[in-house]
Amino acid sequence: MNRIAALFSGLLFGAGVTLSGMVNPMKVQNFMDLFGTWDPTLVFVMGAGLIVTFIGFRVVLGWQRPMFDQSFHLPSASTLDARLVGGAVLFGLGWGLTGFCPGPAIVSLVFGYWPSVIFVIAMGLGIVAARLLTRRSNARSEAAFEEG
Amino acid sequence: MTAFTPLAGTSGGILIGLSAVVLMGGIGRIAGLSGIFGGILSTSWTGEQAWRALFLVGTLGGAVIVALLGGIDTDAIAFPGTPLTTALGGLLVGFGTALGSGCTSGHGICGISRLSLRSVVSTCIFMAFAVLTVFVIRHVLGG
Repeated sequence: MNRIAALFSGLLFGAGVTLSGMVNPMKVQNFMDLFGTWDPTLVFVMGAGLIVTFIGFRVVLGWQRPMFDQSFHLPSASTLDARLVGGAVLFGLGWGLTGFCPGPAIVSLVFGYWPSVIFVIAMGLGIVAARLLTRRSNARSEAAFEEG
Repeated sequence: MTAFTPLAGTSGGILIGLSAVVLMGGIGRIAGLSGIFGGILSTSWTGEQAWRALFLVGTLGGAVIVALLGGIDTDAIAFPGTPLTTALGGLLVGFGTALGSGCTSGHGICGISRLSLRSVVSTCIFMAFAVLTVFVIRHVLGG
């Protein structure tokens, strides 16, 4: 059942990201272009998503445990550190440059455009590179991937 | 120029939120796409990789369903920049999200709604730098 839950959750995510238009990187880049061809759609995507999770998480996190697992797997890190800030800066640069963040980029693969393929392969290389780098400097780096 | 589509945006946002609630209520995990994708880039294969792979397969299925129902004009999908900037951007996004432990879904949706300070800070920074990057590309360099 836990795998069916994951599959169903993925289905909802892919449908949502597609319907919202976020799979179109030009639309996302226009959202970021506050001083040009601004497209405010993403405000509504994030706003609606946040309202649903804000309420929904309060309900499910009140349960003893998730339906199909022994416990909740929540990130344990709570301090602001250089990795968090530096990572967000680099991610922002890449997101602005391409209009793609990880979710929509992966989902867009299904539409068969080459830039999606290039982006996702490069993204995988970037993840592996960061892992090698942080693993060298810190043996606890596995924990750093828990937040998703 | 892309059309402002608040209704489709809101509907899509609701589905993204429901996805996160289903994953948390179902198996107690954060629906963070950089983490889920990074999780299958592994030499070992256990249940931890299996649920992530199924989630990703599900996302593709969801996209196909919406496209078949006419929920998106796939011909309108357009990519800024060149293959080179796309590759560079992919590297930055992969490296940055792995280093910073999350992306738009993990920090921006799941983290903020859990009132995680790390996620609020991360989201403000990556949003600001994305806006700044687009400003430089479109209005300073004039690309």
